[in-house]
Amino acid sequence: MRDASVAEPAAVHAQQATEPPRLPTPTRAIGRILRYVLADVMRNRWILGYALFFLVATDLLVRLGGTGPRALASLLNLVLALVPLVTVVFGTIYWHGAREFTELLLTQPVERSTLFHGLFAGLVVPLVGAFALGVSIPLIAHRALGADTMGTLGLLLLVGALLTAIFGALAVLIGGLVDDRLKGLGIALGAWLTCTVAFDGVLLWLAVSFRDYPIEGPLLALSFANPVDLARILMLLRLDLATMMGVTGAVFTRMLGSATGMAIALAAMAMWTLVPGWLALRTFRRRDF
Amino acid sequence: MMLVALATLSLLGADTLRVGTGETYTRIADAVRAAIPGQVVVVGAGRWREPTVTIDRPLTLLGRPGAILDGEGQRSLLIVTADDVTVAGLTFQHTGTSQVDERAAIRVRDAAGCRVHGNTIVDAQFAIYLETTRGCEVRDNVVRGPAARQMSAGNGIHAWKSERTVVTGNRVTGHRDGIYFEFVTGGRVARNTSEQSARYGMHFMFSNDCAYEGNTFQDNGNGVAVMYSQRVTMRGNTFARSQGSAAYGLLLKDINDSEITDNHFLANSVGLYLEDAGRNIVQGNTFRENGWALRSLASAQDNRYERNTFELNAFDVTTNSRQAVSTFRGNYWDRYRGYDLDRNGVGDVPHLPVRLFSLVVEQSPASALLLRSILVDLMDLAERAFPALTASDIRDDAPLLVRPSPSPRAP
Repeated sequence: MRDASVAEPAAVHAQQATEPPRLPTPTRAIGRILRYVLADVMRNRWILGYALFFLVATDLLVRLGGTGPRALASLLNLVLALVPLVTVVFGTIYWHGAREFTELLLTQPVERSTLFHGLFAGLVVPLVGAFALGVSIPLIAHRALGADTMGTLGLLLLVGALLTAIFGALAVLIGGLVDDRLKGLGIALGAWLTCTVAFDGVLLWLAVSFRDYPIEGPLLALSFANPVDLARILMLLRLDLATMMGVTGAVFTRMLGSATGMAIALAAMAMWTLVPGWLALRTFRRRDF
Repeated sequence: MMLVALATLSLLGADTLRVGTGETYTRIADAVRAAIPGQVVVVGAGRWREPTVTIDRPLTLLGRPGAILDGEGQRSLLIVTADDVTVAGLTFQHTGTSQVDERAAIRVRDAAGCRVHGNTIVDAQFAIYLETTRGCEVRDNVVRGPAARQMSAGNGIHAWKSERTVVTGNRVTGHRDGIYFEFVTGGRVARNTSEQSARYGMHFMFSNDCAYEGNTFQDNGNGVAVMYSQRVTMRGNTFARSQGSAAYGLLLKDINDSEITDNHFLANSVGLYLEDAGRNIVQGNTFRENGWALRSLASAQDNRYERNTFELNAFDVTTNSRQAVSTFRGNYWDRYRGYDLDRNGVGDVPHLPVRLFSLVVEQSPASALLLRSILVDLMDLAERAFPALTASDIRDDAPLLVRPSPSPRAP
C-alpha cells in the first residue's frame, strides 16, 4: 500500500506541470482513499475470520435450530454481543494502525474531512460486508428464507450494519482522543461492556426498584441512551410480539410497535452514529499530528 | 351430507312444498303453515324478506343455491320450536342488533333432534342460538359475524342449557364469542375453526362431560376460556396467536378431572393458563413460540404434565408460588442443558423449568423489556451454576432429550 501511495504524488506533480493545481472532488478523493484502505483491510485476517465466524455460526444455527424467524432469534444474541465488540476493538486498533498512513496523506492536498470519511468508510464497509455475507450466505444456501424470515433478516442486517457504524464511530472517537493504544483498547472494551451488560443492569435495577410505578415509559426512554438496547428492542418487537403484547397493557408494543415507533428507534440509532462520528471528525480536524 | 342428499332425493317426491317466484308459495311462512309433519319445504333462489319465520312442526327447510333470507337489519330470521326440524343450505343475513331481544339468525327453542347443516350466516347478532335443546346437531355452517364490536355483537354458535349438543365442521369468524356453551352437558365440539372473535374463540362454562377435539382457535381476542366444569376432554386442538395483555391460548378456571391431550399452543401471549384447576392431566401437547407457555397459579393443584414439548417460548413455566403443587415428568424442554450418560433417552439431571428472570418479570412486568439481553443470558448461566438461585421447586426429574411428537409447522 505504501508503494501505491508514494506513486500517487508523482501523478499529481505531472498534472501540476500542465495545469494549475486543483483538488480532486471530495467524493472522488474519498473513493480513492477507500480503495487503498480497503485493499489493506481485506488482507487483514480479522475481517476474514469475522466473516467466517458468522458463516459457521449461522450455518450451525440453521442446521440445528431449523429455519424460520426463530432461527434468526438465536442469531440475534450473537449479533448483539459480537458486532459491537469486534467493531470497537478492531476499530481502535485500525485507527492507531492507520496513523502513519494518515500523516502521509495529510501532506497531500486532501481535505481533512475527506480523509476522515475515507478512513471511516474503510473501517465500516468491510465489517458490514463481512457480517452481511456471513449471515446471508448460509441462509440462502439452506433455502431458509420465507416471506416472514426475509423481513426479519432484513431488519437484522440493518440493525447489524447500524451497530457497526455506531461502534465504528465510537472506536474512531476513542482512537482520536487517546494516543496510547492499550489505554484506547481498554476504553473500547469498557464502552462495549457498558452497552451490553452494565447498562441493562441499571435498567433491571430501576425496573425492580420502581415496580409500583408506571416505569415502562421512562424505561423505554432510557433505553434510547444505549444503541445495543435500541437494536435489541427493535428485534424484540418483531420476534417476541406475543410476549411483549402480554406485558401489562402492552405499553411497549403500543409505543414502539407502530411504523412511527420503529422509525423513531431507527432514527435514534442513526443519531448514535452521527453524534460520535461528528465529535470524532472535530477531534480529527483540530488534531496536531 | 347424507341428510342433504336424502332431502334432495325427496325433492322429486310429492312431499315437497316449493317456495319461489312463480311457485305455489311466494313466502316461506306460508309454505311452513301448509306443511304437514315430515314434509320438505324447498326455498328457491332469491332474497326473501318476510317477518320472522317460525317452524312449529317437524319438517325440513332446504335452501336451493342462492336462497337468501334477509332480515334487513330489523329482525330475527328463523325460530324453531318443534322437534326433528332440519335447516340446510340456506343463507341468512342482516339481523341487525338489538339490546332488548337477542336477535338470532336461527333460534331453536325447547326442541329435540334439530339439525342445522351447511348454512351460511352473515352479519347476524347471534348466528345459531340453541336454547334448552336436546340432541341438536350444528354442522358444516359458515358463520361470518359483524366483526369486532364486542358490546353489541353476539355469539356465533350459542348453546344454553342444552343436552348432547354436537357442533362439528363449522367455520366461525368475527363474533363476540365464536362458540359459546353454558349449562350444556354431554356436548361435543369437533373440527371447527373459530377465529377473529372479539372476545373468546370458545367460551365454555358450567358444562360437564363435554369433549372438544380437532378444533382450530386462532387470532381471537382472548383465546378460549373453559370455566367451572368437570370432566372435560380437550384433544388435538390448535390454539394459535391469542396476543394481548389478557390473552390466553386456553384458560382453565375451576376445571377438574379433565384431560388436555395432544393440543398445539402456538404463538400466544400465554399458552395455557390454570387457576383453581385440579387433578387434570396435561399430556402430549406442544407449546411453541409462546410468551408464557404455561402459567399455573398456586391454586391449580395436583395436575400432571407428561410428554409435553416446550420449545422456543420466552418463558416455559411460571407460577406465583415457590412450591411445586403439580408434577412434571418426562417432558421435552428445548432449554434443557443436561446429559444422558446411560443413553436411555431421559436426562440424568432434573430440569428446572422456572427461570429466575421470569420471577423478576412477575414482580416487575416492565423488566420484560430486557428479554434477550446478554445480562439475562448471564442470569440464566448463573442460575445453572448456583442451584441456590432457583426460583421455584418445580422440576422435571425425567426430562426427555428428543421431542416426543413431531414439531408443528409455524403458525
